[in-house]
Amino acid sequence: MEWSRDGSAKKLLQEIREEDFQLSWDRLQEQLPQCGFGILGICCRNCSMGPCRIDPFGENAQVGVCGADADTITARNFLRMVAAGVSAHSDHGRAVAETLIKVARGEAPGYEIKDEYKLLKLALEFGLEVEGKKIEDIALQVGINALHEFGNQEGEITLVKRAPLKRQNIWRKLGVVPRGVDREVVEALHRTHMGTDQNYLHIMRQATRCALSDGWAGSMLATELQDILFGTPTPIVGKVNLGVLKEDQVNIIVHGHEPLLSEMIVMAARDPEMLKMAKEKGARGINIAGICCTANEVLMRHGIPLAGNFLNQELAITTGAVEVMVVDVQCVMQSLPTIASCFHTRIITTSEKAKISGATHMEFSEENALKKAKEIIKMAIERFPLRKKSQVRIPAGEVDLVAGFTHETITYMLGGMFRASYKPLNDNIIGGRIRGVAGVVGCNNPKVTHDESHLIMVKELLKQDVLVLQTGCAAIACAKEGLLDPVKGLEYCGDGLREVCEAVGIPPVLHLGACVDNSRILVAATAMVKEGGLGDDISELPAAGAAPEWMSEKAISIGQYFVASGVFTVFGVTWPTLGSKNLSRYLFEEIEEEMGGKWAFEPDPLKAAHLMIEHINKKRKALGIDKARERVLFDMEMRRGLE
Amino acid sequence: MSKIIASAAIRGAHKIVDMAEKKWKEAVDKFGINQEVHFPETAYYLPIIYGILGEKIEKLSDMEKVFSLCRKFLPAPVHEKVHLPYLGPTLDAGMVTLFAEEMMEAVKYLEEPDFYFPEEEPPEGKLWLGAANDIILRKRGIEFVDGTAPGFAAIAGAAPDATTAMKIAQELQEKNLYVFMCAQHAGKRFAEQLVEGGMQIGWPVRLVPFGPEIYEAVFALGFAVRAAMSFGGIEPGDFRRILIYNKDRIFAFVLALGYVSEEWYANAAGAINFGFPTIADTPIPQILPTGVCTYEHVVSNIPHDRIVAKAVEVRGLKVTVSKVPIPVPYGPAFEGERVRKEDLYLEAGGTRTLSCEWTTTLPLNQVEDGKVEVIGSDLDELPEGTQTPLAIVVEVAGREMQEEFEPILERQIHDYINYINGAMHIGQREIVWIRISKKAKEKGLRLKHLGMVIHAKYHEVFGNILDKVQVKLYTDEQKVKEILEKARIVWKARDERLAGMTDEEVDTFYSCTLCQSFAPSHVCIVTPERTGLCGAYSWLDCRASNRINPEGPNQPVKKGAIIDSRLGQWEGCNEFVNKASRGALERVSIYSLMVDPMTTCGCCECIAVVLPLCNGIMTVNREYKGDTPCGMKFTTLAGTIGGGKQNPGFLGHSKFNITQKKFIASEGGIKRLVWMPKMLKEEIWERLVKRCEEIGMPDLPNMIADETVGVTEEEILTFLQEKKHPALEMEPLI
Repeated sequence: MEWSRDGSAKKLLQEIREEDFQLSWDRLQEQLPQCGFGILGICCRNCSMGPCRIDPFGENAQVGVCGADADTITARNFLRMVAAGVSAHSDHGRAVAETLIKVARGEAPGYEIKDEYKLLKLALEFGLEVEGKKIEDIALQVGINALHEFGNQEGEITLVKRAPLKRQNIWRKLGVVPRGVDREVVEALHRTHMGTDQNYLHIMRQATRCALSDGWAGSMLATELQDILFGTPTPIVGKVNLGVLKEDQVNIIVHGHEPLLSEMIVMAARDPEMLKMAKEKGARGINIAGICCTANEVLMRHGIPLAGNFLNQELAITTGAVEVMVVDVQCVMQSLPTIASCFHTRIITTSEKAKISGATHMEFSEENALKKAKEIIKMAIERFPLRKKSQVRIPAGEVDLVAGFTHETITYMLGGMFRASYKPLNDNIIGGRIRGVAGVVGCNNPKVTHDESHLIMVKELLKQDVLVLQTGCAAIACAKEGLLDPVKGLEYCGDGLREVCEAVGIPPVLHLGACVDNSRILVAATAMVKEGGLGDDISELPAAGAAPEWMSEKAISIGQYFVASGVFTVFGVTWPTLGSKNLSRYLFEEIEEEMGGKWAFEPDPLKAAHLMIEHINKKRKALGIDKARERVLFDMEMRRGLE
Repeated sequence: MSKIIASAAIRGAHKIVDMAEKKWKEAVDKFGINQEVHFPETAYYLPIIYGILGEKIEKLSDMEKVFSLCRKFLPAPVHEKVHLPYLGPTLDAGMVTLFAEEMMEAVKYLEEPDFYFPEEEPPEGKLWLGAANDIILRKRGIEFVDGTAPGFAAIAGAAPDATTAMKIAQELQEKNLYVFMCAQHAGKRFAEQLVEGGMQIGWPVRLVPFGPEIYEAVFALGFAVRAAMSFGGIEPGDFRRILIYNKDRIFAFVLALGYVSEEWYANAAGAINFGFPTIADTPIPQILPTGVCTYEHVVSNIPHDRIVAKAVEVRGLKVTVSKVPIPVPYGPAFEGERVRKEDLYLEAGGTRTLSCEWTTTLPLNQVEDGKVEVIGSDLDELPEGTQTPLAIVVEVAGREMQEEFEPILERQIHDYINYINGAMHIGQREIVWIRISKKAKEKGLRLKHLGMVIHAKYHEVFGNILDKVQVKLYTDEQKVKEILEKARIVWKARDERLAGMTDEEVDTFYSCTLCQSFAPSHVCIVTPERTGLCGAYSWLDCRASNRINPEGPNQPVKKGAIIDSRLGQWEGCNEFVNKASRGALERVSIYSLMVDPMTTCGCCECIAVVLPLCNGIMTVNREYKGDTPCGMKFTTLAGTIGGGKQNPGFLGHSKFNITQKKFIASEGGIKRLVWMPKMLKEEIWERLVKRCEEIGMPDLPNMIADETVGVTEEEILTFLQEKKHPALEMEPLI
């Protein structure tokens, strides 16, 4: 198997072949064969009577010491993955809420409220009085209310009200509307404790409720509050590839997930004093580039170039041109300091939640963020002269892309200021130029060729006139291939999709941001429902989701909240419940009756794309839009009949 | 590819804003910043800016804010290489173009006050009409409302030659569409081509020459914005609803004939905001995906012989055209056509000769369907310039036919003959005046064709009630005399029957929701003693219309239990109004202007308003342009109360209604009337005198003030006191 499909990564891998770096692919080899019980999800080490494992062939033990069967064990493991994923996204959201409060109190120099309109909108959703109030006071109250969404013990999280009414009622009927994020995570851990919840269907209810608290609270709040603080993204041109690193500039890579510090680094890097300092050290400038979702955050709002996605993080250091790599939380490999030690590169951890042995820790808080950002840049500048020219091997070639799509920019770009709406999107779906919409998101996983599954899947979808929405590492993968270029991307499209993209001036793959911004997809899907003509619920939309190269627990949480929101969702690589026929049958089939959405597992990305297309076709048929639409000509009577 | 269009439109918008701003600055230097600016006779200021932004432009200084908005909204040029989404920005550029053009045109009215001729038709030596005033808007608006004009074509540029231009214009006329013309191509203009070909142009024939440049496209869109505000009842500044209203209800499109410049693209982008697509005769790029418009946005390279049909299809418009077997074009667009003396071939009536028209019912076996007889000489047997007696007798038969439908059928003859290209018809009964042009005669039009038209249209429109129609046209004077004698007896009986009908003697009123295509929450209730406020529909008309089309806009309204006889409120009416207005209205009084008055779509003939100081009520007709004692001109009033809103103290009504017994009966009836324009008083004088005699106040007509007495309450109050107007003694109105 080829390690990577990414051209610049391949070039670099070729060059460093002789050197003794240990990369994720090497480490995977050393792990093989991986534990079969673990892969199937039937290993339980939740108590010290274990570890227990269930014989998947039905010959030996079918229950653990406590009596838990394969269904319970896989369901508990699944729920714990969900809970961990929810925690990651939600802690991210909580951090932004805390920042907002500090900004409102004037305790966070450098930060400001950039999108007042969105703040007011959210305030109204929280039922707050805004008339005649100062913007700081509103921000403070919104921040406090946002925090309540995490700690709330009873009732419902506020933003479920954004979902289509039909969807809300489904959730209420099943009793899966989350009460508060933290409460659902705690209950998930409680239920999966030895000897508690031991009915797999009942465990899955909590998986649903917990996951919904990510999609419709933790992640959604992270997105909303970040837009308020840093501005709602608008379409912006960017560049991607390891080639964005500059030989003659100080290169700083921001990696991880939260934009709280990286925003400040971007700001500080434009400081004339910093630029002067860099010049004094012989650099032509300060180049910030991103990896993983931090990259997406600063790309969406500032056009900061993308160095790459998850599996590019180690490779970026091996270019020898990175002065510092600033990391915060999630998806940061512990191997980074080891690889950095071969170069002049410093790995800087910044979050109070995450330290890495061998890295320099420079903890940041809102109060000192700008100061810390400058310190980090200074450190990078200081390190620039230490760079060994002989070690520098930046693979040439940058690829253009357009990013910055959000619910707000979609409505604007489809109708301008005066006719903003989703109407043209719905209309062209109904008319058949666009077959449907797919969210292709998620990670990289060294078990499959880096980026390849994303590309195979997305290209097939485009060919079949499916508009693709992306976030996270998936978006970066497609960006590297040029699919986010509004001209080059069209080469892969079917005629209908191409026509619409040309009319609007968009690439066929819309980059919606970081992985917390999957909430933007929920908002967009809801807006499509509300626009009309495509049913009354997200589950009726000709739409599907996928994470063909997933690896993190966050992906499971995202997948579960998509399924619970009515979306057919296909995962690749591997699947964590295969050790239980019952649970797998529930997730792949029975859950659809309850939720309208369901899971599928298909490691072949082309086959997975076809599953999505089949699903979209099925939904088109149910909506009665599978046949060519006749042109309706309006006479006066029909005009009188209009509402 | 759309990128070309987007790039060009955005560049065009920049140019137009630059130019408009320059002209504005020059005007400020010349006239001073406080100089007043306006379009002629309108309550809608610069209508697009007013409708979309909610900004009133009254002075040059008001434009400053809009120009800075234009600058803010003007998008950056489209990137050559990696472009950002351009559809939204292009639409914004289009809208900004329209704002800039409106201001530029307002400056033009200032700089060259005589450039446009602000009436319905251009006089000799002039061509361009500029912005339609509100009187034209309302008069023509009715045609849009009731469907006689399903939409408009905004033509930019020119056809390759006059013949093609005339063909296109005529085809649009035959589809009943209005044609709004502007801009030039290769030194030629479409309107000039029509004049060159000898066509009559102007509002009456639906061929409207707005202006010589592309910038005057703004008048077409301004017309559309005003329609949304005045008939749709949409508040200024509610831009989204105004634009959607246009997309859903005003079936307009742009025909781009000739080279499409950047400025044209910018205007086309403006039009797309309204859901109006562009159809071009040149091979410009197309935008086929749907969404902002109902169907395609730009369709190009369409040959001239197919361009009208294509445009109608792209706009999603269903045009129902009557097929009549005559050798000249036919349709409502020809209604306003004149036949001048010098074009005249034949003339009948009009005090020159004896003439009449009469529809009567015969037993089925006495009518031979489709038989048209000319008794006497037909057109080709008479020399040019003949003045001939003429009696048109239409004999109908049908199992569903009733005598009371006769006047309704008879009244249609006026329209049906007028729709003939080359024929002019004025009046009815024995005051008809018919003219036929030389050109029509050359094309083969004969008197028998008038009969054939009536036969065809009667079957088309009244097919549900009649089975057979035959027409006799007499040109022999003696015969005409004989017919007149018979008809006069019938007419007299009809008038008496109609005049005698009361609301009390019927248990069913009729609704009229014809206007809901334009004014979705407006509902008329038509009773025997309250004709429709547009003046076009009496209770009998509505009843007949309901018989003819039971599912149509005239529905029976069972009065039900009476709630208040003074106000004229019935349970059945209230229920109906509530349902038909989709919940917007709860109650309606048929006889009151103070309590739950009936709404108006905006095309009422008159508006009555309370004058508190005088303890009376005034009314003003649409044609009267001047000030009134209530402080508002007709157009402002119509703008305020139109669009299906209930406004106590204001009431739309027909001219005829003034002399009906139940006119504002709840407030005391005609005794309350203290002011009306002189022209209105003169128009209804006879009936007014009669009505006042009936109530025992023969002097009342002379007690009613008009503009010669005054146009403020104070001015007329003295007059009323002098005359001892009864209103002053009546119970207080408020």
